Amino acid sequence: MQELFQQLANGIAWGSIYALIALGYTMVYGILRLINFAHGDVYMVGAFAAYYLAIATGAGGAAASLPMALLVLLGSMLVCALVGMLIEFLAYRPVRRSSRLTALITAIGVSLFLENVGLRVFGADPKFFPQLIPPKRITLAGGIMVTNHQITVVVVSILLMVALTLFIQRTKTGKAMRAVAFHRDAASLMGIPVNRIITITFAIGSALAAAAGVLVGLTNPKIEPLMGIMPGIKAFVAAVLGGIGSIPGAVIGGLVMGVSEYLVVGYVSSTYRDAIAFVILILVLLIRPAGLLGRNVAEKV
Amino acid sequence: MSPRKSSFARGLLWVAAALALSLGVDRLAVQWINPYFYRILVLCGLNVMLALSLNLVNGITGQFSIGHAGFMAVGAYASAAFTVYAVPQLFGVGPDASGLVIVGPLLLALLVGGLTSAAAGFLVGLPSMRLRGDYLAIVTLGFGEIIRVVILNIDAVGGARGFAGIPRRTDLAWVIAGALTTWVVLRNVLRSYHGRAFLAIREDEIAAEALGVPTTRYKVTAFVIAAFFAGVAGALFAHYTYLHTNSFTFMKSIEVIVMVVLGGMGSLLGSVLGATVLTALPEALRFASSERLIIYSLLLIVLMIARPQGILGKTEGKRGK
Repeated sequence: MQELFQQLANGIAWGSIYALIALGYTMVYGILRLINFAHGDVYMVGAFAAYYLAIATGAGGAAASLPMALLVLLGSMLVCALVGMLIEFLAYRPVRRSSRLTALITAIGVSLFLENVGLRVFGADPKFFPQLIPPKRITLAGGIMVTNHQITVVVVSILLMVALTLFIQRTKTGKAMRAVAFHRDAASLMGIPVNRIITITFAIGSALAAAAGVLVGLTNPKIEPLMGIMPGIKAFVAAVLGGIGSIPGAVIGGLVMGVSEYLVVGYVSSTYRDAIAFVILILVLLIRPAGLLGRNVAEKV
Repeated sequence: MSPRKSSFARGLLWVAAALALSLGVDRLAVQWINPYFYRILVLCGLNVMLALSLNLVNGITGQFSIGHAGFMAVGAYASAAFTVYAVPQLFGVGPDASGLVIVGPLLLALLVGGLTSAAAGFLVGLPSMRLRGDYLAIVTLGFGEIIRVVILNIDAVGGARGFAGIPRRTDLAWVIAGALTTWVVLRNVLRSYHGRAFLAIREDEIAAEALGVPTTRYKVTAFVIAAFFAGVAGALFAHYTYLHTNSFTFMKSIEVIVMVVLGGMGSLLGSVLGATVLTALPEALRFASSERLIIYSLLLIVLMIARPQGILGKTEGKRGK
């Protein structure tokens, strides 16, 4: 029983990271109907931005403190927001009116571009992420061991998700985002600046991916330029699992993926870790084709 | 001579010509070019088979599969297991055999690979009854990844060590013959009644359904045919070089999609061209080894912005506007 709870705790921490990445996928998909394949690589850029920021400011060594860690997190989110806006402007905007496949191939191109520029600029050998917060082991009730890093991951993720939900539900920009997602042309006719809303969506999604990158650096300190591929694919699967376009769906999907991965590692075999996500996905899609929380859209004839 | 008989005779003539061409090119290639170029030619041929077969699903039927490497893996491992475990018992042809005695066993191994993969294609095609567009794409992606992980865990085929001890039986002649077969079969399918049905599904699935085209059956058929040829390509690959699941990752599927899109969706000649260019281009850019993938990805983005229908594509897919 204790082991079960232990794996659940690990899975929730890891699932929060998937959830953060999945939010970016689901937001962009909701608005552009585009699978932004480069999103996993933006997460990689976020981890590296934090790495260099931490070294430049000394937040990883002598000057390590909570405010400095927060500064690194915000800095990395800012860098990635800019990267995301740039990607949208240079690569996706010119193909927005083309077929969806064209846009998808463009996204794959951007993903390959980021990976290979990463290999060239950061180098292929893994780098060790500096310790922004000194590690500490905490024993919870029932003998479950967690690290303070895992708690940080969960807390920061929850805060960001709450902030995002408030932003989308309560602000005027959030309302505009929902309108664009609902019907882009109608939103445009109502005077909503669609281009600006799409840019903002990319900025927010990329910033969330950056946060995931920093949090991952905290718990799994080995970072390398290809680290975004697998989590990127799995976070996308999480978004589909929860119902793509739905924000709570992305969070639930991410958690389900993280927990199921750790249960497989704990009870079956770690070699099956990469397959379980897809098995769950296919089963869910066969029963509920629109995902767990997705709405079934009637087909227009 | 009746017309039917003469067309059969003509068919035989074409087969003979194709065989002569495959063998001739192979002999010439062995004579005139170095092993490095020979290898590139073989890989070109295999990629042509993969791109052509994927084109049937993605370009001609208008579905979106991003797990083609999975079918290749199924074919590769099924045929390799057949050659290693069954062929010595059935035919008494050991791994060191060469010459004409290997023709039969290899042909059979290719069939085993193709048919196993086609069965997998049937399984993957079935969800297309309920799922469309991006969701179907994700199921194919999931299939590709699951297959890879499952194979990685089967010890009889080497698991994470890679499958060793497969006799090297594929040469350029086999690959050319395979690519020609793929091309001829797809061309004939495309020109037939069934080909019109595939195209109708791409152009407008609802209209096709309304006109009495059994869309689900055709979509599954497209998956089965594509998987068969991808499986044969995988089988040829397995008998050519070191076999490891790392050759069949998601990146391989993406590579094949890019070949199809670059050549032009729905254009068979385009797929041949796309596969050849994209196999040769990374080799040609080898002088700039660390920059070549950057250049490659930039080319891809620029191509999509400037000419989204690909080099030889005529019409752009209308789906999902």
